[in-house]
Amino acid sequence: MTALIIADLWGELVAVLSTLFFALPYIAGYIGIILLTLLIWTGIKKVLRPASDYTSLKTVTFGDESTVVSNSVASVVSVVLIFVLWASFTGSSLLPGFLHAPGPFVGTGTFTYTVTTPDGRSDDAEVTVLVYPRDDEAPAPEVPPGDGFAKNDSIAIAEYRSDLLRVDQNDEIGRDEEAVVTHIDGKEIAPGETVRVDFGTVALSGRGTPNIRPSAGLQMEPIWLPSPEAVWSRLTEIATTGYRNSTLVEHLGYSLFRVIVGFTLGAMVGIPLGYAMGLSDWFRGWFDPIVEFMRPVPPLALIPLVIIWAGIGEVGKIILLFLAALWIMAIGARSGVSGVKISKVHAAYSLGASKWQVLRHVIIPNSLPEIFTAARVAMGVCWGTVVAAELVAAEKGAGMMIMVASKFQSTDIVIMGIILIGIIGFGIDMLMRAAERFLVPWKGRG
Amino acid sequence: MSDLVIDDVSMRFDLPDGGSVQALKNVSLTLKQGEIMSVLGPSGCGKTTLLNILAGFLAPTEGKVVLGDKRVKGPGAERGMVFQQGALFEWMSVRENVGFGPAMKGMPKGEKREIVDHLLGVVGLAQFKEKAVYELSGGMQQRVALARCLANEPEVILMDEPLGALDALTREKMQGLVLKLWKETGKTVILITHSVEEALLLGERLLVMAPRPGRIHREYRLPFADAGVGQDLREVKKMPEFGQRREEILSMIWEMEEEIMGGAAQ
Ligand SMILES: Nc1ncnc2c1ncn2[C@@H]1O[C@H](COP(=O)(O)OP(=O)(O)OP(=O)(O)O)[C@@H](O)[C@H]1O
Ligand SMILES: [Mg+2]
Repeated sequence: MTALIIADLWGELVAVLSTLFFALPYIAGYIGIILLTLLIWTGIKKVLRPASDYTSLKTVTFGDESTVVSNSVASVVSVVLIFVLWASFTGSSLLPGFLHAPGPFVGTGTFTYTVTTPDGRSDDAEVTVLVYPRDDEAPAPEVPPGDGFAKNDSIAIAEYRSDLLRVDQNDEIGRDEEAVVTHIDGKEIAPGETVRVDFGTVALSGRGTPNIRPSAGLQMEPIWLPSPEAVWSRLTEIATTGYRNSTLVEHLGYSLFRVIVGFTLGAMVGIPLGYAMGLSDWFRGWFDPIVEFMRPVPPLALIPLVIIWAGIGEVGKIILLFLAALWIMAIGARSGVSGVKISKVHAAYSLGASKWQVLRHVIIPNSLPEIFTAARVAMGVCWGTVVAAELVAAEKGAGMMIMVASKFQSTDIVIMGIILIGIIGFGIDMLMRAAERFLVPWKGRG
Repeated sequence: MSDLVIDDVSMRFDLPDGGSVQALKNVSLTLKQGEIMSVLGPSGCGKTTLLNILAGFLAPTEGKVVLGDKRVKGPGAERGMVFQQGALFEWMSVRENVGFGPAMKGMPKGEKREIVDHLLGVVGLAQFKEKAVYELSGGMQQRVALARCLANEPEVILMDEPLGALDALTREKMQGLVLKLWKETGKTVILITHSVEEALLLGERLLVMAPRPGRIHREYRLPFADAGVGQDLREVKKMPEFGQRREEILSMIWEMEEEIMGGAAQ
């Protein structure tokens, strides 16, 4: 039993490693681009500012994080490059054609096949393959039958697709008389083998039928990865006409609404709870087991229970987000309170402060930075949780939008949704940081 | 007269592993109002513990502390403390820090501002009133801490290595400031230090403590604090008597160390 599991897991590991192995050239290529742009940038900098000033002599202490600030040029190049790669591998019209990765074969190609009968006669015939763009279906072209017992064939295939062609169907001696295809374009072939032709490959199926696979190139099919402009046009379309009976603003607004309400409730309960735990051993004892148990339970694991209890409406989601924020805020407030330097409390007491004044003027302000850190974490967790909860069950929301879209294979909507979710999550964090800088400027300066 | 009487104070800490540390044993001492005393002693001899008991942060296991006619039972505004560092409230401006004690007493705004302005002038930080404390240097922060303590008008000022983290020059300036304030305000001052010179300069009385258990080893009466008021402290240090005393105390500390080490070796 265990041996079986181990063998299974070993197989999975091998699959993961081999996937990684095939990704290696791409990873190496990407690193190459990073180093190349670094080289170019260094060259440009040398030209712009000869290395004689003081900062060029500055040495960086490795391992000292504070001495390394991010190079904004690299950041810009990095973001632009992502879009260029995206556009290049989707054949985007935003990019001049020579920057495109090789696309799929479109047009007409031919190959010949050779049939041999059991009594040793053989004959050639030509197959004409018309590969049409996906949205532009065409019939198979008419071709003259040609001479000999093998007759010419034709087929139309959509780009990125492959197709089996029973070449013997119109032949005078076919498979039923045990005539077999032995050569493609003059190259010997047996069932299960593959031969390269001008426009792609031809393989022989187990029963001897040619499987025609026009070259797919290196570009991604829109169903896997739509081009940036397709995503953009889908964004504008959904922004105006909506998706699934709701406008885009409604979808995103519902998600945000849930996060804000859930987080606010969580903070309103969690912060006082954390204070109580930090100030009273009774409360600490009471809630420690609960908090310490609930903290490592990922909010996502609660989704099924919340759905069973509260259904898929707003209440269930807000309960979920409330729970997601609650423990984080309680723990933040608790450690904010218990992290107060005893000398500060002592100082306040010997300056004549009462217990209440110490709480009000020392312990609470001292805990604010920790509470803000917790709030940032909680906001991030809530945003992630709401999207996941909507993936499972919702009538509106960013997560629901991409989940439904994925069921209909509308990859453009999925990608658009992911980008919007990312932007909003990033925006929330930026807002929290700005609020932190404004409200607790003393953070980390005690 | 509010004399500070330390009456046969002992302090034992119980450790979580069941053992205990005798941090102070039978310490008795009386400080007259307006006296300034410095405390010297090797690390771990109970100096901080003694100061915390005086401030009321710790209750002694035996004995008692009396200030004037009131027994010390907890922290109180009549006993101010200046910590080594890090006890300022970084969420308050310099002005709010210094005005903390008066504000807690509910003093009217105008009166409070007067006191704060005056004290910030005294410690030379008038133009930093509105700054955040984390924008100040370490020496400036110690001056704020001193001003904050003084603003509360305590009868006794307790200082635990207040100048330990400062550079030599700032430290010398602060020593002058402490002497000046002591003389002008007539407060009782206890100052812990690790520097023999500082102890000599600032202590009218000098207490040397010995460790394990923490106790009073020797006590001296010194003329330098009085002589140093309004003087260049470097001139005081050049006095032949100052050098003599310094050597005497240093060799006494060495002897004590050897005694302890010898005791530990047996
Ligand atoms: N809260 C405590 N719990 C247990 N032991 C303590 C506690 N506080 C102090 N001690 C012990 O009491 C002794 C005296 O400590 P104290 O801090 O008073 O020394 P100190 O003279 O101020 O030393 P230093 O010069 O290093 O500041 C030490 O042995 C210390 O380990
Ligand atoms: Mg100490």
